[in-house]
Amino acid sequence: MTLDKQQLEEMYRRMCRIRYFEEAVIEIHSSGELIGPAHPYIGEEAVAVGACAALRDSDRIAGNHRSHGHPIAKGGDVNRAMAEILGKSGGYCKGKGGSMHLADFSIGILGESGIVASSVPIATGAALAAKLGKQDFVSLVFFGDGASNQGACHESMNMAALWDLPVIFMCENNGYAITTSYKNSVSVDHVSDRASAYGMPGVLVDGQDAIAVHEATSEAVRRARAGEGPTLIEAMTYRYEDHSLGLDRIRKSEYRSQDEVDEAMKRDPLPIHRQAMIAHGFATEAECDAIEAEVHAEIDGAVEFARNSPFPEPGELYDDMWATPV
Amino acid sequence: MPTKTYIQAIAEATIEEMERDQSVFTMGEDLRQSVYGATAGLVDRFGEDRVIDTPLSENGFFGAALGASLCGMRPIVETVTSFLWVGMDQLVSQGSKMRYMFGGQAELPVTFRVRMFYARGAAAHHSDRNYPVFMNTPGIKIVCPSNAYDAKGLMKTAVRDNDVCLLFEDGIALSSRTEVPDNDELPDGELLVPFGVANTVQSGTEVTIVGIAGGVQHAIDAAKVLDAEGISAEIIDPRTLVPLDKESILKSVAKTGRLVIVDPAHKMCSAASEIAAIVAQEGFWDLQAPIQVVASEQINVPYSPALEPLIYPTPEKVVDAVRTVLD
Ligand SMILES: Cc1ncc(C[n+]2csc(CCOP(=O)(O)OP(=O)(O)O)c2C)c(N)n1
Ligand SMILES: [Mg+2]
Repeated sequence: MTLDKQQLEEMYRRMCRIRYFEEAVIEIHSSGELIGPAHPYIGEEAVAVGACAALRDSDRIAGNHRSHGHPIAKGGDVNRAMAEILGKSGGYCKGKGGSMHLADFSIGILGESGIVASSVPIATGAALAAKLGKQDFVSLVFFGDGASNQGACHESMNMAALWDLPVIFMCENNGYAITTSYKNSVSVDHVSDRASAYGMPGVLVDGQDAIAVHEATSEAVRRARAGEGPTLIEAMTYRYEDHSLGLDRIRKSEYRSQDEVDEAMKRDPLPIHRQAMIAHGFATEAECDAIEAEVHAEIDGAVEFARNSPFPEPGELYDDMWATPV
Repeated sequence: MPTKTYIQAIAEATIEEMERDQSVFTMGEDLRQSVYGATAGLVDRFGEDRVIDTPLSENGFFGAALGASLCGMRPIVETVTSFLWVGMDQLVSQGSKMRYMFGGQAELPVTFRVRMFYARGAAAHHSDRNYPVFMNTPGIKIVCPSNAYDAKGLMKTAVRDNDVCLLFEDGIALSSRTEVPDNDELPDGELLVPFGVANTVQSGTEVTIVGIAGGVQHAIDAAKVLDAEGISAEIIDPRTLVPLDKESILKSVAKTGRLVIVDPAHKMCSAASEIAAIVAQEGFWDLQAPIQVVASEQINVPYSPALEPLIYPTPEKVVDAVRTVLD
C-alpha cells in the first residue's frame, strides 16, 4: 500500500466529515430551516475521499448536484459549506449558490453544477488550460451514471482523449438517476466499457473502498501528469438516502427493493475503511473512535457557525453579477 | 363543479389525449415514478411503449420526439425549464425551423410540457422562467396556463396542434385548485381552450393588469387590495404568448387608459416588454400614464431565502405599480 498512517487517517477523517455533515443537513432540513433541494452523499463517501486523496491542492475538481462530499473531500471548510447551504453570507458563495453550488477556487474546487453533466466540459476545459498554459495540475470531475448519457459527457471524453488532456472522468455509478435504473438507461454493462470507444483507459473500481478508489485514481493522475491523457474511472457505489431531501413523493424504497437497499448498506464505506486501517495495523480502535469524536465536534461547530452567520443583505442582490457592472 | 389542481388537470389532459389518439405518446425522465407529479399510473394504463422513461439525454430525446413527429406520431415530452437549455439545439435549430425551411413539408406536432420551477430555494440552475427566449424564436407556440382549467384545456389543444408547442407549467400554481368541469358536464363532451384567446379574469375600469402565468395570481391578489381602496382593476390573462391576443389587451387599455404587466420572467426582453411595445405602438393615444412592468430583477436567481423572494413580482409590487400609473 502506498498510503501511510497519516494519509489513511486523514481519509477516514474526511469520510466521517462528509457522513456527519450530511446527517446534520438532513436534520436541519427536517426542521424546516432549509427549504430547497439537497442531495445527500451518504453511502458514497469513499469515492470522493479516495479520489481526492490522490490529488494535490493545486489540482482542480468539479462536481454535480450531489456535491457536498466532493468539496469536503478536497479539503473544503465545513463551516463555510454549511453556511452556504443555509443561505448565509458566511457561506462559500455568500448565499448565492447553496447546496448544489459549493465552490472554493482557492483549493481547486471549480464549483458544482445542478444541470446534470454540465461540469464535465468545464473540467475538460480546466485540463485544457493546464496543457496550454503548461501548468502543473490535473482536473477531475465527479458525475453520475445518469450524467454519463448526456451529449456533453460524450463530447468531452472525445476531446479529452483527442487532445491528451490531463483529466480524470470519475463516474459515480450508484445504479440510479433519480428513479431510473442503470439498466433502463445505459446500453452497455458498464460506463467504463465506453472508454475504449474514445481511446482511453476505462477502469472499474469498488467505490465503497476508499483505498481502491485512491489506487485507481493515483494511476490516472500519474498518466495525466505524464501527458498520457485522460482516464475514465467508474466507481460502483450506492446512495443510501432518498434522491433529494424535500422530494417526499419519491421515497428511496419505491423504485429500489428493500432487499437491495439492505444488501448495499452492508458495504458501508466508513466501517470498511476503519477496519482496513485496523487490520493492517495503521490505527487502533481507540484512534478511530477519537477521530469520530473530533469530527462530530467539528460538525456541531459548523452548524453553529452557519446558524450564527447573518443572512445576506438585500443590498447584495446585484453584487457579483458582472466583472464590469453594466 | 369539481375543483382540481393544476397537476391533476395536466394528468387528465394527458390521459384523455392518449386515449383519444393512438399516435400520442409520452416521453421524459422518471415518468413511471411520476417524479414531477403528472404521470402517475400512466405506464400501467398505456404500457411502456407509450410511456417512455428516457435516459438523461435532453438534446437526444427532444430531437427524437421531433423526428417521431415528422413520421406520424404526436409526442408529449415532459421536462423542466432549466433543462430546455440542454435540449436547445434540437428545439431551436430543428423544432422551430424545419417546417419553414422545408417549405411547409414538415409537420411537428410535439408538445413539450415544461415544468417552470422557481421560488423554491433551488438557486440559479433550477429556477428559469425562460418563455420569452422562445418568443424570440419564430416557430414555437408558447402556452402559459395560470390555473387548472386553462392547463387542461390548453394542453389538449396543444396536443392536437401541428406546431411545436411549449407549455409552461408554473411551479407556484401547481397545487392551486380551480373549478374544472368533468367531460359529461360539457356540451362538447370535453374541455378545449383555444390558443390566442385571452381570458378577462375580472372586469374593471381604472387600470388594466396583464398577468402572465403565475403573475395572474399576483394580479388577482393585488386587485383585492386595490378594490378595498375603491380602485377598479381589469385583469387580462393572455393564456398563450404565441399566438398573443393583442386585441383583448388593446381593447382593455382603451377602456382603462392604464397598463401594468406582471411577468415572472426577467425584465429585459420579457413577455412584458413585448406587450408594452405593442401597446406603445398601437394603443399609445389611449394611455393616460406610462406603462409599468413588474417583472423579475435582471440578475441570476440567488439561493438564499433572504434574497430570492426579493427578485420576483409580488402582489405588493403590483399594487405599487398601479398606484404609480394612477398618480
Ligand atoms: C439536464 C438535467 N436534466 C435533469 C435533471 C434532474 N435531475 C437532477 S439529478 C438527476 C439524476 C442524476 O443521476 P446521476 O447522474 O446518476 O447522479 P445521482 O443523482 O445518482 O448522484 C436528474 C434527472 C437535471 N438536474 N439536469
Ligand atoms: Mg446515479
